[in-house]
Amino acid sequence: MSAEAMTLFSPELAARLDALVERYPARRSALIPMLLYAQDEVGYLSDAVIDEVARRIGITPLDVRNVATYYSMLRFQPAGKFNVQVCTNISCMLRGGYKIFDRFQERLGIGHKGVTADGLFSLEEVECIGACCWAPAIQVNYDFHDELTEEQVDAILAQYRSQNAGGR
Amino acid sequence: MPRLVSHPDEVKIVTSRFGKGAAKIDTYLELGGYASARKALAEGAEWIINEMKASGLRGRGGAGFPTGMKWSFVPKQSAKPKYVLVNGDESEPGTCKDHLIFLHDPHAVIEGTIIAGLAIGAKMGFIYLRGEYRYLIQIVERAVAEAYERGFLGKSIFGSETEFEVIVQTGAGAYEVGEESALMESLEGKRGVPRIKPPFPAVVGLYGGPTVINNAETIATVPHALAMGGAAYAAVGSERNGGTRLFGLSGHIERPGVYELPMGYSLRKMIYEVGGGVRGGRKLKAVVPGGSSTPVLLPEEIDIGMDFDQVGKAGSMLGSGGVVVIDDQTCMVEFALRTIKFYQHESCGWCIPCREGTDWLKKSLTRFHAGFGTEKDIDNIQYIAENMMGRTFCPLGDAAAMPTLGFVKKFRKEFEEHLHGKPCPYAHHPEVELV
Amino acid sequence: MRTTPKSSLFEAGQPNVDEKSECMADVTFTVDGKKLTAPAGTLLIEACRKAGIEIPAFCYYPGLSLQAACRMCVVRQEKVPKLQTACTTPVAEGQVFITESAEIAQARKATLQLLLGNHPLDCPVCDAGGECELQDMTFKYGAGESLYVEAKQHREEQKWSPVVYFDRPRCILCYRCVRMCGEGMDVWALGIQNRGVTAVIAPNGGDHLDCEQCGMCIDVCPVGALTSGTYRYKSRPWEMNHVSTVCTHCADGCKVTLGVRSANDGMEIVRADNRDKSGINGDFLCAKGRFGFDFVESAERLTQPLVRNAAGVLEPTTWEKAIKHVGQRFGAILHEHGAGSIGVIGSTRTTNEENYLLQKFARTVLRTQHIDHERTGDYATFHGLLAGSKERAASHRDIAAAPAILLLGGNPTEEHPLLAWSLRTNVRLHQARLYVANSKAIRLERQAAHSLHFSEDGYDALVRRLSGDGAALADVTGAGAFCDALGAEESLVVVCGAEFRGASLAALMRWGLSRPGVKFALLSDSVNARGAADMGLYPDLLPGYLPLAGEQPLHDALAGMPTTSGKDATAMLEAAAGGGLQGLLVVGADPFAAHGVTEGALKNAFVVVQDCFLTRTAAEADVVLPTASLYEKTGTVTNCYGDVQMVRKAADKAGVKSDFEILVRMAGAMGVDVRTLVPFGEFQGVRADMGQTRGAQAGEADRHAVWLAANGLEPKLSPFDPFAILDEMERLVQGYALDRLNLFAGNESSTEPGTGFVSIDALLQRKDGVVATHPGLFDSGLLSERTGALQAIGKYQAAQAAQAAD
Ligand SMILES: Cc1cc2nc3c(=O)[nH]c(=O)nc-3n(C[C@H](O)[C@H](O)[C@H](O)COP(=O)(O)O)c2cc1C
Ligand code: SF4
Ligand code: SF4
Ligand code: SF4
Ligand code: SF4
Ligand code: FES
Ligand code: FES
Repeated sequence: MSAEAMTLFSPELAARLDALVERYPARRSALIPMLLYAQDEVGYLSDAVIDEVARRIGITPLDVRNVATYYSMLRFQPAGKFNVQVCTNISCMLRGGYKIFDRFQERLGIGHKGVTADGLFSLEEVECIGACCWAPAIQVNYDFHDELTEEQVDAILAQYRSQNAGGR
Repeated sequence: MPRLVSHPDEVKIVTSRFGKGAAKIDTYLELGGYASARKALAEGAEWIINEMKASGLRGRGGAGFPTGMKWSFVPKQSAKPKYVLVNGDESEPGTCKDHLIFLHDPHAVIEGTIIAGLAIGAKMGFIYLRGEYRYLIQIVERAVAEAYERGFLGKSIFGSETEFEVIVQTGAGAYEVGEESALMESLEGKRGVPRIKPPFPAVVGLYGGPTVINNAETIATVPHALAMGGAAYAAVGSERNGGTRLFGLSGHIERPGVYELPMGYSLRKMIYEVGGGVRGGRKLKAVVPGGSSTPVLLPEEIDIGMDFDQVGKAGSMLGSGGVVVIDDQTCMVEFALRTIKFYQHESCGWCIPCREGTDWLKKSLTRFHAGFGTEKDIDNIQYIAENMMGRTFCPLGDAAAMPTLGFVKKFRKEFEEHLHGKPCPYAHHPEVELV
Repeated sequence: MRTTPKSSLFEAGQPNVDEKSECMADVTFTVDGKKLTAPAGTLLIEACRKAGIEIPAFCYYPGLSLQAACRMCVVRQEKVPKLQTACTTPVAEGQVFITESAEIAQARKATLQLLLGNHPLDCPVCDAGGECELQDMTFKYGAGESLYVEAKQHREEQKWSPVVYFDRPRCILCYRCVRMCGEGMDVWALGIQNRGVTAVIAPNGGDHLDCEQCGMCIDVCPVGALTSGTYRYKSRPWEMNHVSTVCTHCADGCKVTLGVRSANDGMEIVRADNRDKSGINGDFLCAKGRFGFDFVESAERLTQPLVRNAAGVLEPTTWEKAIKHVGQRFGAILHEHGAGSIGVIGSTRTTNEENYLLQKFARTVLRTQHIDHERTGDYATFHGLLAGSKERAASHRDIAAAPAILLLGGNPTEEHPLLAWSLRTNVRLHQARLYVANSKAIRLERQAAHSLHFSEDGYDALVRRLSGDGAALADVTGAGAFCDALGAEESLVVVCGAEFRGASLAALMRWGLSRPGVKFALLSDSVNARGAADMGLYPDLLPGYLPLAGEQPLHDALAGMPTTSGKDATAMLEAAAGGGLQGLLVVGADPFAAHGVTEGALKNAFVVVQDCFLTRTAAEADVVLPTASLYEKTGTVTNCYGDVQMVRKAADKAGVKSDFEILVRMAGAMGVDVRTLVPFGEFQGVRADMGQTRGAQAGEADRHAVWLAANGLEPKLSPFDPFAILDEMERLVQGYALDRLNLFAGNESSTEPGTGFVSIDALLQRKDGVVATHPGLFDSGLLSERTGALQAIGKYQAAQAAQAAD
């Protein structure tokens, strides 16, 4: 049975991962991008994802786990469709990062690493995301929102809600 | 889209193409792009290294190591392939300059990478961006694809016999991976744990081959330094600190942003003129001069020129150029706590003093800030930090200990004000996260 | 992160110990004011250890990759700003180091304090208490007082397998276990997960281990984080005595230290390890050696002699009655049927002394030539070919240090775990070149520089190819390159499995002997399989592979024995069933099971069995004599590489006797003057070792001798003391001129084949009689089947395999 036939991933992602392993001087270099791309599609690194990645790279699932658990963007449980990551590190903190975080907690009714009941949002307090000069900043999935005020929180949530309603 | 700022004192070299659409290769070419790479190809390795030495360019990643010298350490002959590695992991709190470079001028990074490759005889370069910078990764990848289309990358770059490939790599969330050897581990698909040195990367680096690793800003500066001529570039800066630097002003500053200023530019002017002073006209309490790992400076300590040597003399470090301004309404215990919380979260855990030390510090400070501190805690915090210094496997341990020592030493009184169950005098955001 | 095999390119830049210290010029440097000399590049920590300067270390472990993680080994190097880690500092000419000072002590103390901050400090109930490296260090550096006031995390201990338990809070993350499992065992079952303070050692099955269960990870753990399922909470280190002996489970002969303490019915074994890391196995023990000792306590253990009564039932009786009965019956058979009426099948699990005695008893007392043992390697042919040549037999250490090894057949990972370990280690640390040729896929190919696969008849073809027949193996890809590379080796050890015997073994060895620098080892299957062969448990060969007829001193010692070739085991069983043999003495073997003897077939022969358990043969015997296991007796055994090692009595079981004592008593009961069998007392001149051979170093033994002499007494040995016969064995058995100093010091002494063997042509005419048993990682037959821990592992592994198959 070919690896393609057994893949958990969409044909596009599978093709992308097939190319990825060939790109480097060593196959294993594809591991971290592969995990991230797989997570982007599947939502989290399930046991099955880990097994497939291990097979694609040619290492043991234990080895994949050793690496995956090191990186804080990789997760092993599903997050919300829109993962809100609020930076509270120093530059953001000084400009109200915690207030933004609190407002999200209040609006979404969840805390750090929580997921809303409808699975639409999850919330995370994160370390510096490299937007310190435009603080306070957050990321929703990979999108940056910077120079925020508490008042903008509702608008941001509304934006993603409508994005969801519009079928992305 | 991050806001671009400007100030008359700026000397726009690295930022000269910002906001001009140079992420597109045609624009980049119109603005003089890839001329330095062509010249470097024609002149050869020795010329490049000599020019870089003359430029006085020192690494923008934090340590300030002279770039030309670093390149010259790579052995000419090597059984294993050599590599160029661009460090775009940019995760030091207070730092977001590489962010702008990738956004506005990705081709400068590519061009710099090619030049570094020519200087050391590498056929492959990697540009490693932190995973959170996905949109920037896409921009850089697009730029790389353009460069391939034009034949600036590939089997025969610029129509020559020389081969050079560039791969853009994503991280997945780990500050420690910014450390050079941990970055190599990560690029090899492993946990971001640093390597034993020696051997140093210049001799045994990525995939065991000789490797030059530079910060993205350092690399983006290279084509400019060559275009200007090493000596001319050096002349812009201060003594032994060539050129300009991208300083990120953040925190309680009126006009936060990334400014390109000559090395040695006055910190006081940077805050009060370039940045427009402390936000809301408040009083300055402290400044973190070079990213969260650099010890704070007090208002009376800001009459220094911002270069590696002068900030070092003042007892801190120029670090990543992230200047974090703190006003008089800030609780320094909370600030210390937030700083250490970061290092605790980011410690790779490999060595005992850092792994256990950062955790202990975080727990003590958390309790302390919540009003459950004792006199002895202040000494203990200092004792732990002192005993981490210089004892850890990589500099992250120092990066956590140094600022902590600065906070405790310079703001001991403020720590004492938190004693005996007294509420935080600033009552900002008491993080009661007691375990 | 070293979770990738060494061979991969990811390992660049990880120097290891041996690589560096070899063939480097000596340099001189100063440590704490003392001038030291070591090869350039030796790690400072090793150079210091050799000079008696102990530098504390948690993460450093000799032979494993370097970590520089614990920061305990910090030292000051002159002209270097920061403290340096001794475990990663290679020494160079003229360096100056300080390893103990107030500054260094403070650094170590602080590291310990940081570590103890999160450590449970449950030393009083921790298995490692009393032999914990963290405890020792804390004591030394006075880091006892706690600055830490935060609550400590408690986590339940985890059971990772029947034999491996993990107590997370105790783990200090030294990564020794991870490296041992990966680099040492090539199993890679342990990993490091998460980061920072949440970093944790994790097993490959998520919450359990799917691995070889060797326990090496437990062995290297400096604290009580990894504990052994067979030892945990059983004992405290100081409650035990430690006895160094040899593992009883396979033919590799690992040295093992048994921790024993007194129990109701004698001494019980509570754990096994190789405490001082000495001997041929150094650090190593496999699951059988480490966890396989509770058979001594098995409920099935025989502790009373059994004699079949009138009703045909085996009935417990006293030793006196049983021995008398055997003596009378054997005496009667001999009287009635004369020489050659009794068959003897000996053991591959008893000692050399016992086997020597057994054949002597058989030949001179039972007057029979029908002697055999369960043959698992054709040592007769092996020795026949080596006759007269020197330096052609490979000891285990030869293999472990050889620059090149050719492994033909066999499956060391499963059947010879120590050999597999030594080959891996040799490849990893000394860059040895391993050549693997096998008809099956075996794990050691991962370490092989060259490997070759062929069908089962390929072995002979390979030998032909090596011997110059270009047509042989022509259809096997890679055969040419394999043979060319081998041909270029100047020094080679050939290790072969039971696939090689008789003519094929002879052809292989002839090829090797025709080249300089080739040595040989032949694998076999139980702890003293080689010894049983060497001690002449053959119908046609005397000890040392001498012919039955001859004029050597051995022939004198066996005067009166029949000198025609006897029957082998198969023939004996047939004869006994058909009335051709009237008696059968079976010692530590189960021929009825091995040869599939139908029940009741031997009911007309008088069958005596000496064994620890009621085997199939024992169940049908007329008399069953319960014996001491190898862990309950003293003597020597010879591993399959010809290394002779001392076995020492560790445990004690009430009711059982050693095979040695049983044989002597049997002879006594037959009216024989036992002094003719075992030289002891004044009679034949005592040359047994009472310390004499050790000269001035003999210490206590010498003083004892002096005291005896002063009191007008003579040193005497009991007839039941196996050492009473060691001297005779050494004098008379070819190749067994042992280095006693080494042997008694607990080291192995290698044998070297002698001369005067039966001619090789004659040997090749006979049936080799080899039946390989293919023991497994957790299987050694009789003993493992009665070892609770090994049974538990076996079941656990089977469940794992079944799950994986789903
Ligand atoms: C914990 C730690 C994190 C680091 N993070 C970064 C980083 O994000 N980006 C960077 O360029 N250098 C970082 N560095 C510095 C690099 O190790 C290295 O010195 C630098 O990339 C060299 O480039 P340069 O000579 O151009 O400065 C970090 C160092 C340490 C110890
Ligand atoms: S100091 Fe030690 S634990 Fe901390 S990041 Fe570096 S190697 Fe990891
Ligand atoms: S028991 Fe052996 S194989 Fe299993 S994890 Fe421990 S070292 Fe590895
Ligand atoms: S379990 Fe033991 S050997 Fe393994 S890392 Fe922890 S302390 Fe070290
Ligand atoms: S069974 Fe063999 S390899 Fe295992 S410990 Fe015993 S002698 Fe050593
Ligand atoms: S501190 Fe929030 S983005 Fe850097
Ligand atoms: S022994 Fe040297 S750092 Fe652990």
